[in-house]
Amino acid sequence: MFEAIAFYLFAFLTIAMFYITVTTSQALYALSALAAGMIFISAFFFILGADFLGAAQIIVYTGAVMALYAFGMMFFDTTRDVKEKQGNEFIVVGFATFAAVLIVAIFAAPLVSTNMTAFYPMVEDAGNTQQVGMVLFTKYLIPFEVAAVMLLVAMVAGIVLAGKKMDKSLTLMNAEEIELLDASANTKVLS
Amino acid sequence: MMEIGLNHYLVLSTILFTIGLVGVMRRKNLLLLFFATEILLNAVNVAFAAISHYYGDLTGQMFAFFVIAIAASELAVGLGLLILWHKRHGSIDLDTMTSMRG
Amino acid sequence: MEKYLYIALFAPLVSSLFAALFTATPKKQFVGIVASLLIFSAFVASTILLTHVLGGGEIVHVELMTWMETGNLYIPFGFVVDEISITMMMVVTLVSTIVHIYSIGYMDHDTGFNRFFSYLSAFVFSMMILVMSDNFAGLFIGWEGVGLCSWLLIGFWYHKESATWAANEAFIMNRVADLGMLIGIFLVFWNTGTLQYDGAFAAMANLDTETLTWIGIFLFIGAMGKSAQFPLHTWLADAMEGPTPVSALIHAATMVTAGVYLVVRSNELYALIPNVGLFIASLGAFVAIFAATMALVNRDIKRVIAYSTLSQLGYMFAAAGLGAYWVALFHLMAHAFFKALLFLGGGNVMHALSNELDPFKMGGLGKTMKGTMIMMTLASVALAGIFPLAGFFSKDLILEVAFVDHHFIIYTVLLLTAGLTAFYSFRIIALIFHGEDRHTALGFHPHEAYKFMLVAMSPLLILAIIAGFTFKMPYFEMVTQLLPATEYHVHSQVAYWIMTIGTQLFVIASIFFAYKKYMSPSIKVPDGTSKMENSFAYKLLINQYYIPYFYEEYLVKPYRELSTILWEKVDQKIVDATVDGIAGLIHATGENTRDMQSGNLSTMLKWMVAGTIVLLSLAVVFGLSVRYSGEITTILSGLGV
Repeated sequence: MFEAIAFYLFAFLTIAMFYITVTTSQALYALSALAAGMIFISAFFFILGADFLGAAQIIVYTGAVMALYAFGMMFFDTTRDVKEKQGNEFIVVGFATFAAVLIVAIFAAPLVSTNMTAFYPMVEDAGNTQQVGMVLFTKYLIPFEVAAVMLLVAMVAGIVLAGKKMDKSLTLMNAEEIELLDASANTKVLS
Repeated sequence: MMEIGLNHYLVLSTILFTIGLVGVMRRKNLLLLFFATEILLNAVNVAFAAISHYYGDLTGQMFAFFVIAIAASELAVGLGLLILWHKRHGSIDLDTMTSMRG
Repeated sequence: MEKYLYIALFAPLVSSLFAALFTATPKKQFVGIVASLLIFSAFVASTILLTHVLGGGEIVHVELMTWMETGNLYIPFGFVVDEISITMMMVVTLVSTIVHIYSIGYMDHDTGFNRFFSYLSAFVFSMMILVMSDNFAGLFIGWEGVGLCSWLLIGFWYHKESATWAANEAFIMNRVADLGMLIGIFLVFWNTGTLQYDGAFAAMANLDTETLTWIGIFLFIGAMGKSAQFPLHTWLADAMEGPTPVSALIHAATMVTAGVYLVVRSNELYALIPNVGLFIASLGAFVAIFAATMALVNRDIKRVIAYSTLSQLGYMFAAAGLGAYWVALFHLMAHAFFKALLFLGGGNVMHALSNELDPFKMGGLGKTMKGTMIMMTLASVALAGIFPLAGFFSKDLILEVAFVDHHFIIYTVLLLTAGLTAFYSFRIIALIFHGEDRHTALGFHPHEAYKFMLVAMSPLLILAIIAGFTFKMPYFEMVTQLLPATEYHVHSQVAYWIMTIGTQLFVIASIFFAYKKYMSPSIKVPDGTSKMENSFAYKLLINQYYIPYFYEEYLVKPYRELSTILWEKVDQKIVDATVDGIAGLIHATGENTRDMQSGNLSTMLKWMVAGTIVLLSLAVVFGLSVRYSGEITTILSGLGV
């Protein structure tokens, strides 16, 4: 009973938040609505008993991702209204709905039609976090490490891209400008 | 109606995914486009978690974790590129990006 | 001895490759010198082999490597030096050495100097393969090789349309004949199971006459093409478009005699089918007089000499057809010497008069070109067959053969031809070197050729003089080790002397008649008004019996029209239209879908979603159809599909 109430409540809230995110013309509203939507999503995880996933959702999305977006937005002019060129809204929504239904149908059809057996069944007398840890550090150890490396790479890329001098493109400059650039770099080292 | 099953979650996931796709298609601002992609990823995560729960299998949760990791990396790189573009062109409007014109 | 065989064979190849290195560069004197030296080394090697063979040594037979080996087919790169091939090797290497040296002077001012030597040496290499191979397949390689080199050399001045036309004509006519030759070779393999000469000829003795006749005919068709026998003769006169040294080497001394070589080499086959032999002899006699008549009126030195070559080839075939193979080979050798000399002399004259070829525009050149005059006169005397020069011994022998074998028609024809030969040879000699000076008025200032060119020609002169009486008996001794040793002697001594002296008198009378007619001061450059030029016979001869006209009108033109029709109707309307249609369709698709690539990321995202939908729909449709394939089949069969 309470589960049903909670599900419908959070479903409504999530949909509403995400709807605001994609329709509002204020970037700040969109950001706030997205952050709220992320937190409501974690509620589903708690309902479904995936406590660790819910916690990770709040920490990673609302804590890290949203903070990063907020920082990123400081670079841009966000007070201005976002200009939207309206195409055919019907086509856009139709496309999206059709695609989503197809994807879910494809992935859900085998689940519904056949009785699947669990590869890594839940262990009865262990908490969710414990179970996740057991599977993650045994069966999924290599993907886990690869994901770690990927995050490292992404971090380095983020730093380099946002760092200095990256606003100049050697391919878009002519020979003299490049020479000038080299010369200024040399003088800096020497001085 | 009162008994919440897997289908409820899948329908929810579909709705969220649709909202995400609409966002992807109609947004002209690159930053808001990123928001829409986050919605897509979250919609999929809900489905994963639900399936994991109803079949008593942890694999779904594992995938959800990796999706979160990928989302984080994508964000780091994407935001870096976004800042770079803004520095260079002073705009993050999608319609200004036409250098791939065929 | 194998060492010398390989030197003789591969020195020309090395020479050709060496010269080929410089084809794209301006004239380099040393290219000609190195090429000449290498060919000369081949000549020296051949001479050593000749002494070996003359000394009664073993036949040199080597197998360089296996070429093909599948099932019953075994073809090696085998080479043999026996009495027949050494004759050809000597002729080829000697004449080509002289022609190489001569060309250094003749091609002096030509931009394609280096290229010329590359082609010329490549020709020598092909010719050596042709004559030295110990099987039909190797012979065929050389056969095609000389055809190719002939094509390259006739069309050497490729900027002249007439030269390229002549080259193509020669090449195509030879291809027609080579088809016959190829069928002959296939028949040989089919019936004897081998292509080696010794094995094949040994097996032929057991075959029935009909098969042998077919083999003989098809092989002879190949020989007809290469040796320009009627009706495939027109290319030889047109081939005179090439540089004169080429005419001397290829179209007089060596390549055109390959047909005779083939018949001589296959003597064991033709000995078994005397009917085909008789046909060859008759055709040879016919070509001899046929070509000689065309030479009577022609107004082009080189063409006259070319027709003379054709006529002499007729003699050789007549001898070979009658079974006198060694006589044919002997005449081939003697002919190579004096005909090459005649051509090279003609080259000197041409060179002196800036490529003028009409003897009526010359006259009185004997004063300025004494050396050339002496050489050409002696060569013509040899050609006419006056005692004691080379032609007397070889040509009169052929007459004797015909007489002794009681083929009196052939004998009469050949005798008549001998008179004609003397007449047309001295007609051009008289027109070029004697009589009134007609060239100064036309603005020519002749000069004698380089001294070294004349020196290079002198060995040919000496051979043309002495080859007859010094070589005849030793050659007979040597070559009859391999060929049937038939001596041809008229039984009664009186008849012999009457014949010989009669022939000589007839020939000398012809010579005097030619001198008398063409040395008179009243000779003018013909302008088509005189009575003789309007006579039917003259027109027939100057137009080469209208055979080129016939070919043009009834073979080339219908073929061209057929090709045009096929091109316009089939190629353009069907083949091209199909291809163009496909291309147009793809182009239109690309043109219409180009708008998709607006470069706008938003638009692209929409297309991406659309593409995803299409792919996913396909996945669903196929997934469902696989899952429910049983039901679908039932429904379809229920519907009667």
